[in-house]
Amino acid sequence: MSNIITILVIPLAIWLAVLSLAAGLIWGERRLLALFQDRYGPNRCGPLGLGQSVADVVKLFFKEDWVPPFAEKPVFVLAPAIVVVTTLMGFVVVAMAPGIVIADLNVGLLFFLAVSSLGVYSIVLAGWSSNNKYSLVGAMRAAAQMVSYEVFMGLALMGVVLMAGSFNLADIVEAQRRLWFCVPQAVGLVIFLIAGLAETRRIPFDLPEAEGELVAGYHAEYSGMKFAMFFVGEYFGLTLISALAVTLFFGGWLGPGLPALAWFILKTLLLIAFFILVRGSLPRFRYDQLMALGWKVCLPLALVNLAVTGALVLAFPG
Amino acid sequence: MFSILRTLWTVFLHAFRRRETVQYPEERPYLAPRWRGRIILSRDPDGGERCVACHLCSVVCPVACIALQATEDKHGRRYPEWFRINFSRCIFCGLCEEACPTYAIQLTPDFEMGEFVRKNLVYEKEDLLISGVGKYPGYNFYRVAGLAIKGKDKGEAENEQPPVDVRSLMP
Repeated sequence: MSNIITILVIPLAIWLAVLSLAAGLIWGERRLLALFQDRYGPNRCGPLGLGQSVADVVKLFFKEDWVPPFAEKPVFVLAPAIVVVTTLMGFVVVAMAPGIVIADLNVGLLFFLAVSSLGVYSIVLAGWSSNNKYSLVGAMRAAAQMVSYEVFMGLALMGVVLMAGSFNLADIVEAQRRLWFCVPQAVGLVIFLIAGLAETRRIPFDLPEAEGELVAGYHAEYSGMKFAMFFVGEYFGLTLISALAVTLFFGGWLGPGLPALAWFILKTLLLIAFFILVRGSLPRFRYDQLMALGWKVCLPLALVNLAVTGALVLAFPG
Repeated sequence: MFSILRTLWTVFLHAFRRRETVQYPEERPYLAPRWRGRIILSRDPDGGERCVACHLCSVVCPVACIALQATEDKHGRRYPEWFRINFSRCIFCGLCEEACPTYAIQLTPDFEMGEFVRKNLVYEKEDLLISGVGKYPGYNFYRVAGLAIKGKDKGEAENEQPPVDVRSLMP
């Protein structure tokens, strides 16, 4: 009986929590950005401006859901759904507290990497089905960016796996009882954060979708709920990367005093705030700068990190 | 890389600074008395209208938004029969205030003039005339000018000598 409850309640709870966090981030990101910019964010609509999320969601629902007549309709409608589906699938392996995980896979980390690779499909399909040169160029740039940065995202995480000895996320958190992996794997952490930003197309890597670039890039032709899927999918991705970084580098649910789940949520929120700080501080990378950074800086660093970690783990077992 | 980290630290420190936003309409920004806002027609300290309908303001107005009609009252004092400013054209440059010889037309630090119907933005004299002196207290044009009106003949203004009677100069 408790098994059935676990199978039903935990996924539902996690899904609802992630959904409310994404909706709350609509308000939260704007207020946090405003805090860093010496101004107030939305503070008029509802108490403390919290009605802004509701207002934005209602607005997106009421927008005209128009599919361009020159676009390829089935793919056009499918592409935003793929964004949301692949990102939500990534949440399946995230272990939020001992026992609170939807699927305690033995290859959890590998599953996450595989699922994030599927996310590239959504961008390419969105740009292609829009049947619009600018969307296509934006989508191609986004696809190249995501694929390049995925390479060393996996490599940076292999250092963590070497130190923990397992792909299982719960085991990785347990292996951090003595020392969080952010200390020995600092290089890996930085590379993972950069790659995570590029995967979810956040600033400073948001060239494919920025409003002023190529007329909003691959989602130029989208409006209403489909645009909302891309928009909210970006927040899902942000939450996923934060949750994973917390799990892999910052000790997951480990910490004195507070209950395990509270620590996890606190750390994830702090990391999300850090990503919003990055959004508010850095200018956008130009496409060639982006690709050069990926292939000429991050990939060699990730390889060196992996080699050094492997050597040290072999030299000093335990 | 270090410049990026320094940028992040600098922006992070801004979270602890006071916010610059003025929460309008609960708080209002400070506007100096010479801030060029809504136009008014003022009166002199004795209660009469300052405007002598000289048309200098309507001539200098760069967008031709001032229109008026001059007339005289029974004491010979000129005043505008009607005075119209079209605020949908007005650019609030202040040239009319600079041109006015009697300090009649003035710009005040008030900007809340929003309307839903455009013709409500055309202000007539009764909308422009105020009961006070505006920004220049104590100035009455007729007390310093040489013009003759009821109550003040030629030569009776401040610092003015009475006109010389030319017939008394004859040898």
